[in-house]
Amino acid sequence: MDRVTNKSWPDERGRFGEYGGRFVAETLMPPILSLEAAYEEAKVDPAFIAELDDFLTHYVGRPSPLYFAERLTEHAAKENGSAAKIYFKRDELNHTGAHKINNCIGQLLLAKRMGKKRIIAETGAGQHGVATATVAARLGMECIVYMGAVDIVRQKPNVFRMRLLGAEVRAVHSGTATLKDAMNEALRDWVTNVDDTFYCIGTVAGPHPYPAMVRDFQAVIGHEAKAQILDREGRLPDAVVACIGGGSNAMGLFHAFVPDTSVRLIGVEAAGRGVKSGLHAASLTGGKPGILHGNRTYLLQDENGQIADAHSISAGLDYPGIGPEHAWLHDTGRAEYVSATDDEALEHFQLCAKLEGILPALEPSHAIPRTLDLAKDLGSDAIIIMNMCGRGDKDVFTIADALGENIAAGTDG
Amino acid sequence: MSTRIQTVFAKGRPAFVAYIMGGDPDALTSQRIMNALPGAGVDIIELGFPFTDPMADGPVIEEAGIRSRKAGTTLASILDMARTFRRDDDTTPIIVMGYANPVYQMGYAAFSERAAEAGIDGAIIVDLPPEEDGPLRAEMDARGLSLIRLATPTTDAERLPKVVSGSSGFVYYVSMTGVTGAALAQGGSVAEQVTRVRDAAHLPVVVGFGVKTTERASQIAKEADGVVVGTAIVKALHEDGEEAALDLVRALADATHTAR
Repeated sequence: MDRVTNKSWPDERGRFGEYGGRFVAETLMPPILSLEAAYEEAKVDPAFIAELDDFLTHYVGRPSPLYFAERLTEHAAKENGSAAKIYFKRDELNHTGAHKINNCIGQLLLAKRMGKKRIIAETGAGQHGVATATVAARLGMECIVYMGAVDIVRQKPNVFRMRLLGAEVRAVHSGTATLKDAMNEALRDWVTNVDDTFYCIGTVAGPHPYPAMVRDFQAVIGHEAKAQILDREGRLPDAVVACIGGGSNAMGLFHAFVPDTSVRLIGVEAAGRGVKSGLHAASLTGGKPGILHGNRTYLLQDENGQIADAHSISAGLDYPGIGPEHAWLHDTGRAEYVSATDDEALEHFQLCAKLEGILPALEPSHAIPRTLDLAKDLGSDAIIIMNMCGRGDKDVFTIADALGENIAAGTDG
Repeated sequence: MSTRIQTVFAKGRPAFVAYIMGGDPDALTSQRIMNALPGAGVDIIELGFPFTDPMADGPVIEEAGIRSRKAGTTLASILDMARTFRRDDDTTPIIVMGYANPVYQMGYAAFSERAAEAGIDGAIIVDLPPEEDGPLRAEMDARGLSLIRLATPTTDAERLPKVVSGSSGFVYYVSMTGVTGAALAQGGSVAEQVTRVRDAAHLPVVVGFGVKTTERASQIAKEADGVVVGTAIVKALHEDGEEAALDLVRALADATHTAR
C-alpha cells in the first residue's frame, strides 16, 4: 500500500539530503532503532494497515471533504479581476478538530503492537495533545502530555479537554515555556522511562524514523486531495498551500504531489511581528542549519549556536525549527516557503469566518493570505488547494484578547 | 589518545572526575573554581559548555547553563577558560562536555583546531551517538583529541562493541537511564556493568550520573576506573558557595582515591 510506504527517501540513515539523522543521547539510540524496526514491519503488514484504515474511516471520519471556497475565490477575484479557484482540504472536520489525529492513530496502534502502555507527547497549541489523549483513551493507555506553561495559558480549552480525556498535563516552565521546551521535557521523560514508554511526536521532526513516520501517517491528506481534485476538476491543482510550524500538515498535503512537478508546493511560516523584527517563527526564511531535538535542520539561533526564541500568536507554529524534509525540499527548490504575520493571520481568520462560515485555527489562518495572493497571481484558469488543518474553537480566547474583547465566563465584558 | 589522560589512568588508583558548568555563575568565579580543582584532588576536569536546550540534563545543570549564558558564556569563551587554566597546569586533562549545535556552528574543524590549541584533551558531545559522530571524530582524531563515547544501561550486548570501538581515552558509563542528577533508581553494584563495558572497550571505564555522596563514590570506585560527579558540585557551588563546593570536591576525591 503506497499510502504509508515510500522507499525513495529518507535514506537508511534517516537523511533527507544533509538534513534529518539521529542526534540523540546514547540512551535513546536503542529504543529509536527498535521503533524503526517495528515501524518498518508494521507499515507493510496488511493487518496493521486494515486496523489503521478502519480507525481513520469510522473514528476520525475520513476522507475529509475537499471544499470549493467560492466566496473567498470571489473575494480574490473582486480585488483583482480574476482569481484561481481556491479549494480547502477540510482536515479541521476530523474528530478532535485537526489533522493531528491521523498521526496519533498510527503511532498509538504501533505502540500497542510494541506492547507499550505508557504514552508521552509534547504539545504546543494543544491539538496534538488532545489527539494523543483521545486515542490513548480509546486504546486504554496511560497518557502524559508535556506543555509549555505559556501555552497552557493561551490554550486553556485544550488543556481542559486533555484532562477530560484522562490525560495528565504536565506544565513545563523551563526555557521559553513553549513547544520546544515541552519537547525537551518529553525527551527527558523518555530517557528516564525508556522501557515501558512510547513517545508520540506530533510533527515531522525529531530523530529518524519520526520525520518519515509522521509524514507517512499524514500523507493520507494529500492522497485524498489528489483523488478528490482529479474527480472534481479532472486535473491536478497548480499549487498546494499549507501553514508550517514543524510542518506535519504541510508534509501530509505535499507528499503525494512531490513527484508531480507541475504542482507548486507552498509552505507558509509564521512571521510573528515580521521577519525583520526578529520576533518570528520562520525557520527557513530567517534561520540556518543546525542540530536540535534529534535532527539536523533549519533553526532559529544565534551565531554561537544557542537556540533563539520563536514568536507567533499561534502556539502551534511557535517553534524555532522545522521538519528536515522541508529543509531539503527548500534547498532543492522543489517547495517554496513564504510567511505571514500575526496581524495577517488575525485579519484572515475573520475574513474566512465571515465569507465561508468557517472558523479556521490560527495556524491555517496564516496560509489564507498567501493563498489569496497566489489566487490573484495565477488568475481564473488555475486551481489551488489549501489545507484547512484545524478549526479555530480553541483560539477564540486568544483572538478575543487580540481584538480587545473580554469573553471570559462570568464577566459581562 | 592524549598522554595526559593516559597518565591519569596509569596511576592505578580510581580517578576522580569533576564536572563544572563553565561560566557559572560568571567567568571569573568559574575560572577560579576550575583552577582550584586539581588541588582539591580532581584527576580529570569535565568542563561543561552551556546550551539552551539541554535534553539530557536535569534542572540543576540546566539552571547552571542559564546562569552561564546570562553571564555571556559561549563555546569560544569556554576554550579561553581552558587556555587560561593551562598556564599553570599542564597535567590535568580537560574534557569539554555539552551538546552538538554550538560545536556545529563553530565548525567541527575549527572547534578541533581551537580546542587542541587551548590545551583541551577531549570532548563528550551528548547528542552525537556513534551513528552521527563520524565527521567530528575525524577532525578530533587528526589533532590527537579524544571524542569520548557514552555507554548506557540501554546499550545492549549487540550494540556495545559498536559504541566502544570508536571511543578514545576512556568510556563514560552512564549508570542509569535518566537525566543528570536524577535520584538513583537503584544503589547496588555496578561491577557487572563496568566489567561488561571494560571487556568490550579495553579502555578505562568511568561511571557517572546519579553519584552524589562520598559513600556512593567510594562504592563505585571499588569497581570502576573512575567516578564522575557533576550535579552535586554544581548545586553546592550555587547554593553554598565556592568553599563549600571545593570541600565537597575534596571529600569526594578522597573517598574515590581511598576506595580500594
